[in-house]
Amino acid sequence: MNTENIAKPRVTVKDLNFFYGKYRALKDINLDIAEKKVTAFIGPSGCGKSTLLRTFNRMYQLYPQQTATGAIMLDGDNILDKNQDLNKLRAKVGMVFQKPTPFPMSIYDNIAFGVKLYQNLNKNDMDERVEWALKKAALWVEVKDKLKQSGMGLSGGQQQRLCIARAIAVKPEVLLLDEPTSALDPISTAHIEKLIDELKEDFTIVIVTHNMQQAARVSDYTAYMYLGDLIEFGDTSTVFTNPKRKETEDYITGRFG
Amino acid sequence: MINLYTRRRIANATGLTVSVLAMAFGLFWLCWILWTLLDHGLPALTPMVFEKMTPPPGSSGGLLNAIFGSLMMTVIGTLIGTPIGILAGTYLAEFGQRGWLAPITRFINDILLSAPSIVIGLFVYEVYVVHVKHFSGWAGTIALAIIVIPIVIRTTENMLRLVPSTLREAAAALGAPQWKIISFVTLRAARAGIITGVMLAIARISGETAPLLFTALNNQFWSSDMDQPMANLPVVIFQFAMSPYQDWQNLAWAGALLITFSVLTLNILARVLFRQSASTH
Amino acid sequence: MPMLLHEARLKRQSIFDTLFRNVTRLAAFGVLALLAAILFSLVMGSMPAIRAFGFGFLTSPDWDPVNDKFGALIPIIGTLITSGIALIIAIPVSFGIALFLTELSPRVLRRPLGVAIELLAGIPSIIYGMWGLFVFAPLFADHVEPWLNQHIGTLPYIGPFFSGPPMGIGILTASIILAIMVIPFIASVMRDVFDVVPTMLKESAYGLGSTTWEVMLNIVLPYTKVGVAGGIMLGLGRALGETMAVTFVIGNAHELTKSLLNPGNSISSALANEFTEAFGELYTASLIELGLILFFITFVVLSLARYMLYKLGQREGKAA
Repeated sequence: MNTENIAKPRVTVKDLNFFYGKYRALKDINLDIAEKKVTAFIGPSGCGKSTLLRTFNRMYQLYPQQTATGAIMLDGDNILDKNQDLNKLRAKVGMVFQKPTPFPMSIYDNIAFGVKLYQNLNKNDMDERVEWALKKAALWVEVKDKLKQSGMGLSGGQQQRLCIARAIAVKPEVLLLDEPTSALDPISTAHIEKLIDELKEDFTIVIVTHNMQQAARVSDYTAYMYLGDLIEFGDTSTVFTNPKRKETEDYITGRFG
Repeated sequence: MINLYTRRRIANATGLTVSVLAMAFGLFWLCWILWTLLDHGLPALTPMVFEKMTPPPGSSGGLLNAIFGSLMMTVIGTLIGTPIGILAGTYLAEFGQRGWLAPITRFINDILLSAPSIVIGLFVYEVYVVHVKHFSGWAGTIALAIIVIPIVIRTTENMLRLVPSTLREAAAALGAPQWKIISFVTLRAARAGIITGVMLAIARISGETAPLLFTALNNQFWSSDMDQPMANLPVVIFQFAMSPYQDWQNLAWAGALLITFSVLTLNILARVLFRQSASTH
Repeated sequence: MPMLLHEARLKRQSIFDTLFRNVTRLAAFGVLALLAAILFSLVMGSMPAIRAFGFGFLTSPDWDPVNDKFGALIPIIGTLITSGIALIIAIPVSFGIALFLTELSPRVLRRPLGVAIELLAGIPSIIYGMWGLFVFAPLFADHVEPWLNQHIGTLPYIGPFFSGPPMGIGILTASIILAIMVIPFIASVMRDVFDVVPTMLKESAYGLGSTTWEVMLNIVLPYTKVGVAGGIMLGLGRALGETMAVTFVIGNAHELTKSLLNPGNSISSALANEFTEAFGELYTASLIELGLILFFITFVVLSLARYMLYKLGQREGKAA
């Protein structure tokens, strides 16, 4: 396994295996996620990159027959531990999805929804929090006059930034991005990529992308996966310019996949 | 070859003509029935209908007590049936992936959805009217609520299933507990569809006659006591229409016109509402 | 960044979760309990009649309240015959309507016409009954029944079914009104199942030069036959249990006659007409047993309908 030593790991994955029923979708994954850096998972469709991401907040738990073994350590706790409180975990590990998922409520309430779950803020503090999150997500200027309007009325790119704002409003420690730009146009994509770069000052970010250029542009570390195996993991510049494994090189140079 | 081709064309033309005729046949009855209602009902629809009580035979009067009773039982029946239906529909859609309860409930509910309403009336008679020993507004309300429940369950489940699972995941990813995800996100996203279902249920019960015959029965006088027999439009229409008195028959037509147009309006409103909300999503 | 996690709040949430799940489960369970309660109460209510007549109840044509002799044969036959004739009329018409709505109608008209057909289903059944009694039956008696008497009533074999007094009310009138009532139900199920036929399948057939009619008969109908059958059964379920429309026009006569023009009775109209006036335990119990029989028949029919529609849905899932 080509695991590089990471200076300050925030999340440590140990011998992770994942099953859809009997099908083994992840095979003995070991890797570290660096604190306040961007780690990208790349690989062809079906390689397990989204599956891996969804173990970090145990999103798979919503569906029967999906199981994970091994350990994922965050702050000394094993995320996969049976006794792990899922809601607490998910308050610490935020997630943004492939397609924008605004809730059927106002822009303000979309952001306040998550915050209200765990914090009692008075009106002023909540207003501040909403503004803070929207500013962080570079959406404040566009929506500050229509906070009471439905979040569904925004454009696709704005909706996705709203979802990012919603995720960071609860101040998570880790932010998971599952192909966050795959449904967006190039301009919105550029917006979001710039945003990711700014957000890593505050958050540990893991991004899944099918777009290699995007991984090269935004990430500090890159993991290349294929058919459930972690083929190569390391510094992004190393993985892209000087891969150790032939499979990685083939994928990156476009000879395959 | 030409021969075969001609034959095929003739078969096609015949088939399609018959299809157009079938459509016309269906519309023909709708128009005829609506026309009859307007023809007989409009002249009978005087202000007195809304001002006076149902009269004794041979004298003139109105339908006020029946309209009131119908509204009362429909509204309360809907208020009782809707929450139960939404809860059960939520169970089927959100918790029904595992276990035996959901598939059986779904199946039984689909049967109850089209079960003969007169049997529901019999049931309420047996379990309620027999025990309190008199017909009452409550009995009628219970029968109507039982009819509402399966309709609301079916639409709630269908509408919740249309909510994309990513929305549930997004709420779960914030650490929201399941009850909050369901009540604040998914049920809310399905709101318009569920309201449509409730409106269709109201439309359905406002015309129901059979289950009221053995439960609410009728009352010639004004009564807002739900524990007493209660006048209601469908049963009044039934009794008055079957009677030999011209005054009563006229009132029956007025009532029929009222019921049909409120039911059809509700139907159309429900559809418009649903389509509007579907297009903004 | 510090998190303000309230442990107490977390615990409360999990209690709420459990509570919420169990409340919804209870509501779902209520549906099962309701069915059980309906069955139980009907069986209990009909006990005196079951004890008195046993299985003979099903085959006896008696209906004599004065001497306390009751049998269900006439209403059962009336229910089955009216529903059967209604289906014979409704199936081809519904197929035509569904075909028109899915393949022929101009796009602009498709929705309004579809809604119009569904409105036909929305009209309360008592309205059908009134209209049938006051408008349809007299016209039927004056113009159609004499014609039936003269032209079909004299034919061998089927003649006796169509000869009789032209009164307007009777089995045939009830059947026609039932047919009008179930057409929208069957047509809208048919339209829905025709809509699930993959466009590519239809286009392939059109691509070979098939006519619309051929595509319907050879591609769409075989592909959806289970669903179509389910829709028909659903319509049958409706027709069997329909009360008010039938009560107005069937004539409510406990007589077994060959002629469809004669008045007859059905289970639901017997209930509607006689239940509140029934005197004596056995009379009431016999009526309740009629209700039990009706519930049983519709239960079987509707179960079949659901099973068939479910089958179609399952194949859909596999194809997707």
